[in-house]
Amino acid sequence: MHSKIEVRGLNKSFESDQGRLVVIENVSFTVRDGETVAIIGPSGCGKTTLMNMIAGFVRPDAGAIVIDGVPRLKPDPKGILITQHGSVFPWLTVRENLMFGLNGHAPRNKAEIADHYAAIVGLKGFETSYPHELSGGMLKRAELARALVVKPEVLYMDEPFSALDALMSLRVRNELLRILAEERHTVMLITHDVEEAIHVADRILVLSPRPARIQAVFDVPFPHPRRLASAPAQELRVAILRELGVDQYGG
Amino acid sequence: MNRIKSSLPALGVIVALLFAWWGAILATQSLIFPTPWGVVTGAVELLADGTLWRHIGASLMRVGTGFALAVCVAVPLGLWMGWVRGAYNTLNPIFQMLRPISPIAWIPIAILWFGVGDASPIYLIFISSVFPMVVQTTVGVHTIDKRYLRAAENFGVSRATLFTQVVIPAVLPQVLVGMRIGLGVAWLVVVAAEMIALRSGLGYMIMDSRNAGNRYDLVIAGMIIIGVIGLSLDSTMRRLERIRWVRWRYAQ
Repeated sequence: MHSKIEVRGLNKSFESDQGRLVVIENVSFTVRDGETVAIIGPSGCGKTTLMNMIAGFVRPDAGAIVIDGVPRLKPDPKGILITQHGSVFPWLTVRENLMFGLNGHAPRNKAEIADHYAAIVGLKGFETSYPHELSGGMLKRAELARALVVKPEVLYMDEPFSALDALMSLRVRNELLRILAEERHTVMLITHDVEEAIHVADRILVLSPRPARIQAVFDVPFPHPRRLASAPAQELRVAILRELGVDQYGG
Repeated sequence: MNRIKSSLPALGVIVALLFAWWGAILATQSLIFPTPWGVVTGAVELLADGTLWRHIGASLMRVGTGFALAVCVAVPLGLWMGWVRGAYNTLNPIFQMLRPISPIAWIPIAILWFGVGDASPIYLIFISSVFPMVVQTTVGVHTIDKRYLRAAENFGVSRATLFTQVVIPAVLPQVLVGMRIGLGVAWLVVVAAEMIALRSGLGYMIMDSRNAGNRYDLVIAGMIIIGVIGLSLDSTMRRLERIRWVRWRYAQ
C-alpha cells in the first residue's frame, strides 16, 4: 500500500499577548491508503490546528502536506472534515444537506443518491426532516452521510463523537466501522478518548503537550470487530494512558 | 384559552386607563379634551363618511412603497457589504453617520427635492427604514458561523451555490429582524411626515382635526388607530418568523 497522506516537518505558531506561541513543532508522519490513524493528545495541545492544516483550512508556517504525491494547498471534496460541533446546515433538510456537495449530477439523480446514503447511516424516513428535528446522534449520522455522498478518499474527523453521550458515541462508532469496512476510506481521527482510538484505529499517534510533537506511535493489531475488554486491548490502553501521563488507571 | 388568559392583565390595564381618563374628564370638567365615548363617536363619524379609510389607505400606501423600495436596496447592499470587506470599509462609516440623523430632519430637504406630493413621505420612509435593514443584513453575513462556510469550502461548491444555499438562508432570519425594525420605523415616520404637508393620511388627519376646530376626539381616534395598525404590522412581521426558511433559527 502506498502512502496516501504525507505530513513533512509541519510547524505552526500563533502570535499571542505573551509573544510567539509554538503550537505544532516538527510533526511528520504518513498515512497509508485505506488506513485509519487516530491522533490522541492532551487537550489544548494543538490537535485541531494540526487537523485544520492537513485538511487544508490553515496554512503551516513550515513543512508540507502531500496527498497522493501532490502538495495540499486548500481544502477540496476529496477529503471531508467532520468536526465536533458539526456543520450540517440547519436551514436545509437532511436530503438537501446530502445533495449539497453533488454538483455534477442531474437534479433527479442527486436526490436518489442522497436518499441512498441517508439509508446507509440509518436515516431512512428522515430525508425531509430539518436538523433541529433530529437528535444529536442522528445529526452526526447525517453529517457522516453528507461526507460519504461525495465519495471522499479521506475523512478527517476532529473529535466527531465527543458531543455525544457515551452510548450514542459507541453506536455511531460502530456505524462508522461498518461503513468503513465496505467503502475503505482513509481516515484520520482526532480524539481524546483512548478507548475510541483503540476501537477504530489501525495506528495511534500520541502527541505531546504543547508544542505538539509526535511522542509515541502504537499499532493496533486487533482484527475487527474488536473486543475492548480483552486483555491485550486493555494493556494497550494502559500503555497509551501512561504515555499521556495518566498512571493511576494502570493498576 | 391560554392566550386569552395571558392577555387578561393587559386588557385590565387598558380598561383601568379608560376609567381613569373618563374620571379625569368628569373631575376637571374639561370642555376641550374628549371622553373615551366622544372618541368612539368621532371615529364612527369618520368611518361613516369614508374619510378614515381614505386616510388609512394613503398612509399604508406610502409606507408600503417606501418600505418595499428600502428592502430592494437594503438587502442586496447589506449582503454585499457583509461579504466584501472593501465595500464594508468604504460604506459603513458613511452609513453610521447618516443613520442617527432623524428622518424628521430630512423633511425640509425632502420637500425641496420632491415637493409636497406622495414622493416626499415615501422618500422619508425609505431613508428611515433602509439603514436598519442594511445594518442587520450586514451583521447577519458577518455572524454566519464559520463552520458552515468551511463546510461549503470543503465541498468545493460554486459561488452561486454558496450564496443561494449557505449565505442567503443563513442571513434570512437577520434580514427579517431588520425588516421588522424597518417597518416599525417606517410607520413612525409616515405619520410625522404627513403632518407637515399633505392632504391625506393619518398624520394629516390628526393635524387637520386640530386645526379645523379643535376636534380632539378625532385627534385621539387617529392616534389610537395608528397604534393599532402599528401593532398589527409588527405582529404580521412576527408571524413571518414561522415560515419554513427561517424556522430553524427559532427552533429548540
